[in-house]
Amino acid sequence: MKKGLDEQKFLSACIKCGQCVQVCPVEAIRLSDMDEGFGLGTPHISARDQACDFSCDGLQCVLACPTGALTHDIDYPAQSRMGFARLARPSGCLAVQGKGFKGLARGPGFRGKLRYDEVDRWHAIPVAQHPYDLELCDLCVRQCPIEIRRGQCAAGHPPSGDPNQCPPRRAISLEPITTADGRRAMRPVVHDGCVGCGVCEMICPVEPAAIVVDIDRDADTVRG
Amino acid sequence: MGYIIESLRQVFGAAPRKPTPETQTVEVREIYRQKRGKGTNRRELAELIEADTTRHRWRIRRWITLILVNLLFVISYHFDVQLVEGALTASRVVGFHFADLNSALQVMLAYKHVVLNLVIGTSTVLVLWWLLGGRTFCSWVCPYHLLAEWVEPIHLWLVRKKIIKGYSFHRGTRTVFYVLFALLALGTGYTVYEWISPTGIVSRALIYGPGLALIWVGVLLAFEVFVSRRAWCRYVCPIGMTYAIVGAVSPVRVRYNVVECKHEGECRDVCLVPHVLSMTIKGRSPDVEVDVGSDCTRCGMCVDACPTGSLRFVVKGLEHLL
Repeated sequence: MKKGLDEQKFLSACIKCGQCVQVCPVEAIRLSDMDEGFGLGTPHISARDQACDFSCDGLQCVLACPTGALTHDIDYPAQSRMGFARLARPSGCLAVQGKGFKGLARGPGFRGKLRYDEVDRWHAIPVAQHPYDLELCDLCVRQCPIEIRRGQCAAGHPPSGDPNQCPPRRAISLEPITTADGRRAMRPVVHDGCVGCGVCEMICPVEPAAIVVDIDRDADTVRG
Repeated sequence: MGYIIESLRQVFGAAPRKPTPETQTVEVREIYRQKRGKGTNRRELAELIEADTTRHRWRIRRWITLILVNLLFVISYHFDVQLVEGALTASRVVGFHFADLNSALQVMLAYKHVVLNLVIGTSTVLVLWWLLGGRTFCSWVCPYHLLAEWVEPIHLWLVRKKIIKGYSFHRGTRTVFYVLFALLALGTGYTVYEWISPTGIVSRALIYGPGLALIWVGVLLAFEVFVSRRAWCRYVCPIGMTYAIVGAVSPVRVRYNVVECKHEGECRDVCLVPHVLSMTIKGRSPDVEVDVGSDCTRCGMCVDACPTGSLRFVVKGLEHLL
């Protein structure tokens, strides 16, 4: 969310009131504690526990921020900059191994939420209530909020009927690869439309997650 | 004008002015003359205090208010009532921006932008606390104040039992800290004071759940128990200083009347900022009636403690209406 603001500016602008925490429908935002650096009382997102799934659609945290620490210059999810995803452990990735996935992505005890448009357009539901049965695991691509929006736009139904909601660039896709032992498999590739929301990291069913979000990079720094 | 200047002098750390016979009114000199030689009968005073049935009236009102205000933040979030969103540093009250004056100042100094929402928020808060008495925020809203108030008797007991010695510092220390925190925000680009502010930490802990930062609050409270009575509020807090400046022009004040006063200092003993009550010392009041300076948090402890009714709340300009 801190597009155009580096970390230092963000920390200087934040008044530590937590209004962003209060409006987030999936409770992705938490305030940092004393052992988490100089940002005591400032918001952060631990994507593995609860990513920003943009299920508020309107960037509620940005609207709630009284100081513009979460910059008021952005209106749509695709404009946000929270980090950048990276396939950190390709060997753990089920798609790279050519494997499917069946069951609950993060097990029955996982408390994170995600909005599934086909289940409930308005409310996120616990990931633990949404089992999958996939021939090849593509969860990071399938649940990517940017990719979901691109799909809706391609089908002629942009979110809220607003074409501005359509992300201009791809965020992630599965690309075919040939494994070392000659088998054909797929590999998730992050593109410069990634905003670092962290849904891929949250939903990744292997432990530890094969794909993670780096918060010190974003689409702009990656693109150069 | 004299009230504002004297208030601000004391807020920045100067000792209260001692009136000379020339600067005292004829009436007050006459009252002091009549009191001369008449010492207070300690037993009579004790009986007066015993007979006072309203000894905790303002404290009860204040504690209820303080707890309710903070509870409102907690309830608004946890039950999604959306009456008061945010924390004490900044909030929306039924949608209107509120921002703590010192927090907003820290952010603007560090960020080096004038943020419109903060200008709106601080204006609302400025008007609110101008109307309600400035440092009224401290004793009627600040949750750290309440914690400090609750541990204060331990400090007083330890001192009374001579287990520890209580230290006091020059009140000008707070002015030094105020400038220091402002310069730090400007120089480092970080809201340094917000990082250590027990008001912010306790407010957020109540709303968003406790954290390690409460250890710092514990350290401060321990310092106040074992070293120096109410040290944070007296010698450090820039929030209190900001509101003390606002309070210099506020109509809500505690007013002192010398006529019935026994000059025994019951009021100064319970006061967070006893220098504002220097006029209750025999011979020190410039007039028959004097308003207590703006470093006063309008907590009402002196009003409660006074057995003779010599201290009372007034709203300047409304005396004749009420």
